[in-house]
Amino acid sequence: MKSNKLNIAISGLNNVDSPGPGIPVIRGIRESNQFQSRIIGLAYENLEPGPYMHEFVDKTYKVPYPSEGVESLMERIRYIHDREEVEVLIPNFDSEIFVFIKLAERLKEMGVSMFLPTLQQFEERHKSNLPAFGKKYGIKVPDSYPVTSASEIFDLKKEQKVDFPLVIKGKFYDAFIAGNSDQAAIYFNKISAKWGLPVVVQEFVKGTEVNVVALGDGRGNTIGAVPMRKQYITDKGKAWGGITLDDPGMIDYTHKLISSTKWRGGMELELIRTDKNELHLIEINPRLPAWVYLAVAAGQNLPEALVQLAMGETVEPFTEYAIGKMFIRYSFDMICSLDEFQQLSTTGELS
Amino acid sequence: MKIKKSLAISETGFVFDPSTGDSYTLNPTALEIIQLLKDGHSPEQISQIITQEYDVDESAFERYFYDFTAMLKQMQLVAPDEE
Repeated sequence: MKSNKLNIAISGLNNVDSPGPGIPVIRGIRESNQFQSRIIGLAYENLEPGPYMHEFVDKTYKVPYPSEGVESLMERIRYIHDREEVEVLIPNFDSEIFVFIKLAERLKEMGVSMFLPTLQQFEERHKSNLPAFGKKYGIKVPDSYPVTSASEIFDLKKEQKVDFPLVIKGKFYDAFIAGNSDQAAIYFNKISAKWGLPVVVQEFVKGTEVNVVALGDGRGNTIGAVPMRKQYITDKGKAWGGITLDDPGMIDYTHKLISSTKWRGGMELELIRTDKNELHLIEINPRLPAWVYLAVAAGQNLPEALVQLAMGETVEPFTEYAIGKMFIRYSFDMICSLDEFQQLSTTGELS
Repeated sequence: MKIKKSLAISETGFVFDPSTGDSYTLNPTALEIIQLLKDGHSPEQISQIITQEYDVDESAFERYFYDFTAMLKQMQLVAPDEE
C-alpha cells in the first residue's frame, strides 16, 4: 500500500511553546502505511523550528503572511508548485484558513488538493458568531459579543448583558479571564494589539475544560474523534500534557455536531464540562490541533485520513481509540548550522 | 456504596478515572478498603475485616471510613446512583 509517494505542503511549523500543528500533523503522515510522503514545509519566519527538523520536513519555502494578500500568497504557492508538484496542501493556522478557502478552486485547477471547511462552516463557527451557531444547532454555548473598543465592554456590563468574570478572547488566538473592568481594559488592549479587531467578550463558564480532535468528511460523517483532557496547562493556556478520555457523551456530542453541520476537514472542539455534567461549547478551531499526535498514538491517524480525503479517497471511519493514552510535551535545543539559517533567510528556501 | 465500575486500580495503589482523566495514589490501607468496596462488601463487613487486621477500634475506624468515603464522593469516584 505504500508504493505511492505524495508531495504534501504543510504550514504551522512553529514548534515552539505555543506550537502550531504542523510537526504533529507531519508525524502522523510519516507514520502512514497507506502512502509515502515528501513534505514541503511552508514557513513564515526564519526561526520556526520545523524547517530545520529534516526528519520531518524535506524542503521548506518561506511564504508571505496571509495579511499581505491573497495574490502574493497564490504567486508564491504557484512558484513552489512548479518546483515540487504539490498534490496536497494542509494549512494549519486559523489565520490562514480563510485565505486558503478562497484559493481552493484555483489551487485545485493547478492540481493541489485541500480538505477544508466550507466558507459558511468557517464563518459561522467564529467566536463572535457562537451564540447564533449554538441556537442553529441546538447546543449550549456561552454568550459572546464582538467588541471594537474597551468601552463597549463597560456598556455590556452596564446593560447587564455580561458580568465579571469574563473571558476576553482574540479573534484567532489568546484568551484571558478578566475579574473587573480594569483587567478587561488591559486584556482588550493586549489582544487587539496582537490579533486585531474585533475582540470577543465571552461569558465565563465554570467547569473543567475538555477537548475533542475530530475529522468530518463533509457529508455528515465523523471519520474520527478522540476526547482529551489537558493535564498540564502552560501560562499561554496550551496543553503541555494530556490524556485521552473514555467519554461516550463527548463522542456522541461530536458526531451530532459534525452530522448537523456536515463539517468538512479537521476540527478541535473546546468544551467546558460543568458541575451538572453539561457540555458547553466555547470554541471550534477549524483545523487539527497541535496535540493531534495523541490521537495518532491512540489509534486514529487523523492526519493520514485527512490526506486521503483530500485525494478524494473513501476513508472508513475510526471506531476505537486507546483510553488513558497520555502525551507530555517537551522542549529540546536543536543545534543548527548558520549556513542553513543563512539559506532560509536569504533565498527563502531550505533543503 | 459502589465504586465507579470504570475505575482502573493497580496493585500499587494507582487509581485512574478514564472518564475525567484524573489519577490518584492510595496508601496501602486505602487500597485495601477501596478493593473491599469494589468487591461489594458493606461498611460493617469492612469495619470487621480492618479492625481484626489492624490495631484500630471500631469507632475510630468508622470516623476514618466515613471521611474516606466522603472524599470518594467528592472526587466523583462513586457510581452515580450511589452519590
